[in-house]
Amino acid sequence: MPVMKQTKTTRGTLSQVLRYLKRYTPALLLSLLLAAASVVLTLYGPILIGDAIDLIIEPDRVFFDEILPLLIRIGIAAAAAALFQWIMNIINNRITYGIVRDLRSETFEKLQRLPISYIDSHAHGEIVSRIITDADQFSDGLLMGFSQLFTGIITILGTLIFMFAINWKIALVVVLITPLSLFAASFISKRTYSMFRKQSQTRGEQTAFINEIIENEKVVRAYGHESEAQETFREINERLESCSRSAVFFSSTVNPVTRFVNGIVYAGVALVGALSVMTDPAFTVGSLSIFLSYANQYTKPFNEISGVVTELQNALACAARLFELMEEPAQIPDEDGALVLENANGNVEIDGVDFSYTKEKPLIKDFHLSVRAGQRVAIVGPTGCGKTTLINLLMRFYDVDKGEIRIDGTEIRHITRKSLRQNYGMVLQETWIKTATIRENISIGKPDATDEEIIAAAKASHAHSFIKRLPMGYDTVITDDSGLSQGQKQLLCIARVMLCLPPLLINDAATTAIYTRTEMKIQNAFSRMMQGRTSFIVAHRLSTIREADVILVMRNGSVVESGTHRALLEKGGFYAELYNSQFSGSAGAAK
Amino acid sequence: MIKILKYMRGYTVFAVLAPIFKILEAIFELMIPLVVKSIIDVGIAAGDSGYILRMCGLLVLLTLIGFSCTMVAQYFAAKAAVGFSKNLRQALFDHAQTLTFSDIDRMGTSTMITRMTSDIAQVQTGVNLTLRLFSRSPVIVFGSMIMAFTIDVPSAVIFAIAIPVLCVVVFGIMLAGIPLYRKVQARLDRVLGITRENLSGARVIRAFTDEENEIKTFKEQNTALTAVQKFAGKISAPMNPATYLLINLAIIALVYTGALRVEAGAITQGSVIALYNYMSQILVELVKLANLIISMTKAAACADRIAAMLADGGQPLPISKNKEKQDDFAVTFRGVGLTYQNASEESLSDISFTVRRGETVGIIGGTGSGKTSLVHLIPRFYDATRGEILLFGVDVRAYTAEQLRQKVGIVMQKAVLFRGTIRDNLRWGKPDATDEEIWKALDTAQARDVVEGKEGGLDYRIEQDGKNLSGGQRQRLGIARTLVADPDILILDDSASALDYATDARLRNAIKEMENDHTVFIVSQRAASIAHADKIVVLEDGRAVGIGTHTELLESCPVYAEIYYSQFPKEEECRS
Repeated sequence: MPVMKQTKTTRGTLSQVLRYLKRYTPALLLSLLLAAASVVLTLYGPILIGDAIDLIIEPDRVFFDEILPLLIRIGIAAAAAALFQWIMNIINNRITYGIVRDLRSETFEKLQRLPISYIDSHAHGEIVSRIITDADQFSDGLLMGFSQLFTGIITILGTLIFMFAINWKIALVVVLITPLSLFAASFISKRTYSMFRKQSQTRGEQTAFINEIIENEKVVRAYGHESEAQETFREINERLESCSRSAVFFSSTVNPVTRFVNGIVYAGVALVGALSVMTDPAFTVGSLSIFLSYANQYTKPFNEISGVVTELQNALACAARLFELMEEPAQIPDEDGALVLENANGNVEIDGVDFSYTKEKPLIKDFHLSVRAGQRVAIVGPTGCGKTTLINLLMRFYDVDKGEIRIDGTEIRHITRKSLRQNYGMVLQETWIKTATIRENISIGKPDATDEEIIAAAKASHAHSFIKRLPMGYDTVITDDSGLSQGQKQLLCIARVMLCLPPLLINDAATTAIYTRTEMKIQNAFSRMMQGRTSFIVAHRLSTIREADVILVMRNGSVVESGTHRALLEKGGFYAELYNSQFSGSAGAAK
Repeated sequence: MIKILKYMRGYTVFAVLAPIFKILEAIFELMIPLVVKSIIDVGIAAGDSGYILRMCGLLVLLTLIGFSCTMVAQYFAAKAAVGFSKNLRQALFDHAQTLTFSDIDRMGTSTMITRMTSDIAQVQTGVNLTLRLFSRSPVIVFGSMIMAFTIDVPSAVIFAIAIPVLCVVVFGIMLAGIPLYRKVQARLDRVLGITRENLSGARVIRAFTDEENEIKTFKEQNTALTAVQKFAGKISAPMNPATYLLINLAIIALVYTGALRVEAGAITQGSVIALYNYMSQILVELVKLANLIISMTKAAACADRIAAMLADGGQPLPISKNKEKQDDFAVTFRGVGLTYQNASEESLSDISFTVRRGETVGIIGGTGSGKTSLVHLIPRFYDATRGEILLFGVDVRAYTAEQLRQKVGIVMQKAVLFRGTIRDNLRWGKPDATDEEIWKALDTAQARDVVEGKEGGLDYRIEQDGKNLSGGQRQRLGIARTLVADPDILILDDSASALDYATDARLRNAIKEMENDHTVFIVSQRAASIAHADKIVVLEDGRAVGIGTHTELLESCPVYAEIYYSQFPKEEECRS
């Protein structure tokens, strides 16, 4: 039994789930109807068979005339039950997979509308597991759980009704003994719970140790620490064995115990039934057969139901996580009549901007900056000073808390996000490659680009020569880890921007501190791109700074100095200090 | 699969006894319809309530014995399955400790972790279920048929026909489903991949306003996934209804034959009921068997992967017999080339240089130029694929792993510390190091203040991944860890990158002033860190494009000059 965290499986979630199921109401109702019909027919089978057995008493007392129609009825009932079950299965499949598909698509679409801050602040693995696993478990658990619960209840009720209708005394025996099985099952599951908890704790400890050692296996080898690691592992492994053994054993006793209780019920029915046959003329051997076959299947749904409850709880927990994602406030939509910015001139003004990621930690305070079209702005400062934040604000990945950012005089919140971003070309530190062809990777910002345009962009960014050498050229499907070097990936990222050639550029690409041929190429590609464009460069190396028109020296979220390289050095302030310590010693450590 | 069965050792008895007890239980269960038959044919017919009572007592007894057998079987199965997985896990972990660096590169650590965790868990469940159910279900199914034959041969023929037909339906549908489920998994992986990619590229996607296109791609793949899922569902949908119908047809045939046989006086009414009961039992067990086989195939697939990992790698690097001393240098590289496994090109080519005892060597070059590859050859993490490397005049391949570890200490690029106290961590290189030795190493590594600043000093507990330390602190402790072992050759692989310039300089000085003649390799991207080395090797694309002192290289090696002047612009001289 999985240990579950009780996320908010509140009534709220349940009503949301119901609302979600609404569009499937007719299908669901049909499915339930079919389930009920099939259960009733399944229960009807043993009665018909019992009746038939009553017609087979002994030689010369076998009534074929009556048996044959009964057999035909059994056949029809079975065929109908089977048919209903089949149709029900198909409908259930449709509903389940339909719901998962919709849920996945909707959450994915929602993800595209969520502010970047959501993606920044949540572990990606966790979001992925919501969209994939939770969606799956929700629909699976919900539907399977629901239909099993429903079938189970109908089976129990139906059996009870049929039994009481035939002979209430025997039915009473069944009803009285059954709770035994439920008590036993709940007793065992309570016991197992603590064992499972211990098991999962120990397993967690072991997994953590495996992760730690195996991920750093090379370090372990380098220090010759293998035998110590093996010893520690052995110790944890032995402990895991002993608690696992109890957990596995106890959890596997539920079935035998219920089967045992079932056996007792069976014996009880046989006893009371056989005695009734002798005393009650209305109770025949056929009736006894009906009861025996009921007694055999009667406890099964109880077992299932206890499993179903866990499954449903789990499904609701999954649903709660999914809905939580769906209900995250989306990014503020574009204003009505927001301006579609086309080919901006590239004048950027930042006016009295305050910004922080969390309320408690103010980051940018009263930030002012004025950039004229075509200027090259370099941003310098120690790690965490707000360089990347500035990019976040310029591209409107985040909204400012106070103040304004204007492009060509228009506040960016009055501009559509799409057109604002289309005016920027951005190259980030982390090269992102999507699983697609080279062509698709380059044309991401301009899906309708012609082959000539794509090749021209690749040539301009010096990517063409290595693309040519790939097995399928521009049609080669690449993934993030398909063997392209970091430099090649970076060239592709530049080609993307080259293809669009927007009026404003943001460059946060940290080419390593050292020149190699590829890096020279990257650098040249950048320089060419920056000509005549307003560009913001996060400085990872000295040369980029020295060519800049304005250097912004940032510290703790605000600009402490600005000016040209020479002017700043002469001033002998923070920049000079930074320059002399960090850049002369470790250009690579600037980030 | 078969290969890993040997890890059952120590638990074989339980693995054999579990199914035997399970079979016993099944046999007792098979006797129940016979008892019911006697109740009807003997007890009811004779009106003997004492007999009925005794027979019902027998039913309870049979149930009780069956129950005891199962409990024993469950316990033995749990013991065997858990013990087996314990042995297997230990074997895998031990195997991982024998892998060479090339093995690790090839397998990938995340794959290895999956084998040791989730794959083994699947195998454990599979073994447990197999021990418990694989004997029971066939015994019930075929036992029912055998019992039917003991009651009445013509009726039993119906069993002999029904069982194979049911098997064909159940296993046919299941087999048809397996490749489909594999397809579903592949599609699911694709959808998962897109989602993950979308998250990691959120900024880029939005910057290029590609959201709609992403949604479109996702929907396409998602719909494709659903289509396969629906198809797979459609294939397995008729399983339960079809088997239900078949069983009922068999029962109809059974009742009709029973009627004929009773009329003929061959069997009694109670026998008909017994036959009917046997037939009903078959279905449940067949379905269980089918489900069991699905989990068995899953477990078998995991077992195969585990077996493959156990068979892969772990061959220790061969020790050369040629212990001849060839020169007096501490380290000699002679025409060394290195091609990584599965790589098409050399990562290092034609590297030749010598280092005297006590010298400091700087290695500089861009990312991917081969700096780390070069120093990894010295402690023989990898074997050179061309040329040779000598340590103290002797071929590096002639030393045992133990000797190499004593001679060569390397501080790796990523500063990794492990859960445990600082002292535990620092003793990695020398398990019996005294506190005095540790403090000495800490002083050299400029890490005394790190330890003194922590509560408990050397007893301060480091969390997993060294989360409670800063990058610079981790680096300095990592350096100290190597220094504790006091190796003859010390390699610092870009291991001071998070230190500020002044600390870096103090560290270099302290290392220089250490007792004994240490030969030191410093790998760095900072020109300042290596400028004062006795010898500098400049790497570009795996080739040594310059070897010499700082002054020589500034003159003769354009790559070095380029690197140097990018960090120290010409108008301002190096200030270090």
